[in-house]
Amino acid sequence: MTALHEPLEGPSPAAQVALDMAMRGAWMLPIGIGIGALFAGFNGGASVGYAMALVLINLVLSAGLLGWASKISIAAIAAASLGGYVMRLGLIFAAVWVVKDMSWVAMVPLGITLIVTHLGLLVWELRHVSASMAHPGLKPRTRRTSPQPVAAGRR
Amino acid sequence: MSVLANTAAQAIELAAEAGDADAAKATAGASSAGFAYGLAAIGPGIGIGYLVGQAVQAMARQPEAAGQVQTTMFLGIAFTEALALIGFVVFILLKFA
Repeated sequence: MTALHEPLEGPSPAAQVALDMAMRGAWMLPIGIGIGALFAGFNGGASVGYAMALVLINLVLSAGLLGWASKISIAAIAAASLGGYVMRLGLIFAAVWVVKDMSWVAMVPLGITLIVTHLGLLVWELRHVSASMAHPGLKPRTRRTSPQPVAAGRR
Repeated sequence: MSVLANTAAQAIELAAEAGDADAAKATAGASSAGFAYGLAAIGPGIGIGYLVGQAVQAMARQPEAAGQVQTTMFLGIAFTEALALIGFVVFILLKFA
């Protein structure tokens, strides 16, 4: 059994997963802003963009904390995970508190986007991680359904 | 918990007695929002604590599987955190919308 104060070797897989999700989120950002603008005008688009940026920063911050802690020790990972949860919730609260009275903020699109983006990116990432947990971001191979040759004399 | 609930109920009653319906409504909304956010953060907190505890134990027992465990742990934390985010969204919709 490894001592809890020993560091883990190798790069942090959490950082790879978070980078993967951030890249997908960056692709989805203009689409999300467009959908927000379509349904709620300029304020909706701006709020959707802000919420998506918040989610991406939150995920990258979480992965960064875990990666940093894994170079210290296993016990530090536990501390970073639990402390990071409280800290990141506080940061999200502060980020929304700062902009709540601004003219471009629409709370309903912002709130819905926070949940949908977070869960959507996670489900998307899970689909790609499912092939091999050792290689995050690996796309699962699709099953080929080419027609089988029919044997002579059999129909 | 009951002390908080009593305090919130007293604040709402005081506002209602003062004859200000808007103030009573705002007070009720604020206390409900606080309860929603606070209660919604408890469950994920317990969940993340349990998840991380088990993951740390797994990494300590099998360091060669630490990569897989970390990946699973990260995704588990993010999924559990979604519950707290839902509570937060309820909070901002009650308080600010």
